[in-house]
Amino acid sequence: METILAVVIGALYATGIYMMLRRSLVKLIIGLGLLSNGANLLIFTVGRLTRARAPFIPEGAETLTPPYADPLPQALILTAIVISFGVLGFAVVLFHRAYQTVGTDDLDEMKATDT
Amino acid sequence: MNVLLVLPILIPLVTAVAALLAWRWRRVQRWMSVLGATALLFVALRLLTSVWRDGIQAVQMGSWPAPFGITVVADLFSAIMVALAGVMGFAVAIYSLSSMDAERESFGYYPLLHILLMGVCGAFLTGDMFNLYVWFEVMLMASFVLLVLGGERAQMEGAIKYVTLNLMSSALFLAAVGILYGMAGTLNMADLAEKLKNVHHPGLVTTLSMLFLIAFGIKAAVFPLFFWLPASYHTPPVAVSAIFAGLLTKVGVYALIRVFTLLFVHDVGYTHRLILVVAGLTMITGVLGAVAQNEFRRILSFHIVSQIGYMIMGLGLFTPLALAGSIFYIIHHIIVKTNLFLVSGVVHRLCGTYELKKLGGLYQVYPGLAILFMIPALSLAGLPPLSGFWAKLTLVQAGLEIQQYEIVAVALAVGMLTLFSMIKIWTEAFWKPSTLNPQPSDNRRRVLNLLFPIVLLALLTVAIGLVAQPFFALAERAADQLINPEAYIRAVLAGTS
Repeated sequence: METILAVVIGALYATGIYMMLRRSLVKLIIGLGLLSNGANLLIFTVGRLTRARAPFIPEGAETLTPPYADPLPQALILTAIVISFGVLGFAVVLFHRAYQTVGTDDLDEMKATDT
Repeated sequence: MNVLLVLPILIPLVTAVAALLAWRWRRVQRWMSVLGATALLFVALRLLTSVWRDGIQAVQMGSWPAPFGITVVADLFSAIMVALAGVMGFAVAIYSLSSMDAERESFGYYPLLHILLMGVCGAFLTGDMFNLYVWFEVMLMASFVLLVLGGERAQMEGAIKYVTLNLMSSALFLAAVGILYGMAGTLNMADLAEKLKNVHHPGLVTTLSMLFLIAFGIKAAVFPLFFWLPASYHTPPVAVSAIFAGLLTKVGVYALIRVFTLLFVHDVGYTHRLILVVAGLTMITGVLGAVAQNEFRRILSFHIVSQIGYMIMGLGLFTPLALAGSIFYIIHHIIVKTNLFLVSGVVHRLCGTYELKKLGGLYQVYPGLAILFMIPALSLAGLPPLSGFWAKLTLVQAGLEIQQYEIVAVALAVGMLTLFSMIKIWTEAFWKPSTLNPQPSDNRRRVLNLLFPIVLLALLTVAIGLVAQPFFALAERAADQLINPEAYIRAVLAGTS
């Protein structure tokens, strides 16, 4: 399972960065989305994958008995998903407004503020 | 529970919410903004004195003991940064009253300003890596909207670069946090400092530290990751530029210093050496970029980059004196840089342009303003007796102490070039005879609102320069806490039982 996820994460990062290197605004935003999802999956994978053991303390016991699935990475991912959803939502609107204001979606044409 | 630690986060939050509720009434929002900023300044100074007197303080949110709960912790370095955020928030809140246009005000400028301050204070006070990420995002989100508020073409173009590179850095930061958790099983910084000592693969820790270096390096705008900064900082209204210049990159510097003094200190020969090289290159590229510019705010933007190099230099040298120099430099730089941007706003108000070629003759008409520019400008270049001189002197001394002559030479040369840039602005905008007629400005109260923060910050610069000892003692003790993190770790982990 780890191997498959590692390949998937690698593919997400690679495609994400490839998309960001293109000149189109739309591809840039797709790239950003892929990249943040890659990061989320990475947290999930390095947080150790455990099969079918929920982190519940059994009746009568004081602590968890290993092996159990660590709930914290999932909590982190949940937070990260919410944040990246908000940020990407903002970015979509921003890029749309930029397209309307500048009149092109070609990033090479947006050099007026560069130096 | 020590409420004082949480107040710098709560006050801007309450202010922002209250200002949002008063959405339709701009006057109410303006009052609330000033009130909130004043309260933040007051609380931040209280926090600083309290940490100075009683040592490092920590609070566990929700009363869960340390590695599990959400830790809010203030050592002297955090407290200094929060106090600076308070001063900058106060100065910019007052300045905004006269400089912000009605349209931006009615689209939520004041709530956003305070949410930005909340994110900045949160990032300074948190004791947990993941919370640091969350505070970064809070701060970034507010800064995104502040940057594009108004929707001019230049703002849009600048914002695309700013947003993209900052999201990229956030994704890297998040990945690094995930790997860190996988490696150490905790994200509490004090707990991490203990656990990382026992990790089996020191090479892996170094690799991870590089991921953090890149993520925070983008935020701090170090070489070669600074391109978003000069492309975007000169596009929004000047009050926004000023608060960005004062606080945002410094949060990146803060995170770098925190992480590379507390967590990644096992291979100083490699990591901190690299930071030192990056520092030198940052100084040089920043200052050379500024030399090529002819627009007031663009020159200042490039100087932010170059100055970041000095702050990182102290971290790279990694001696108590060098870290004290870095902290002193941050104190000096935040005040001076914000002030220069505020002055550039007044110049724009008077002459209607930022282009140095079109400006001129300001000294004849407004000698007072010229002096107000000269104080932070010369301080930035490091001329005695102003604050920048002591900051540079400390860093140079620290470099000579451990025979790092190359970086000292770079620091001194860059100081000269900074002076050159500042003199360029001086001769072009203030000194040369002008064809342009600065209009006598609008009513007195508005001008007073613009000048009050500038005078305040200029006085602070002079005060730090003339009475450097107490500020240096503050920086020295903060550096001592950074280089000996045992007290920090004890305060977080032991305060729980």
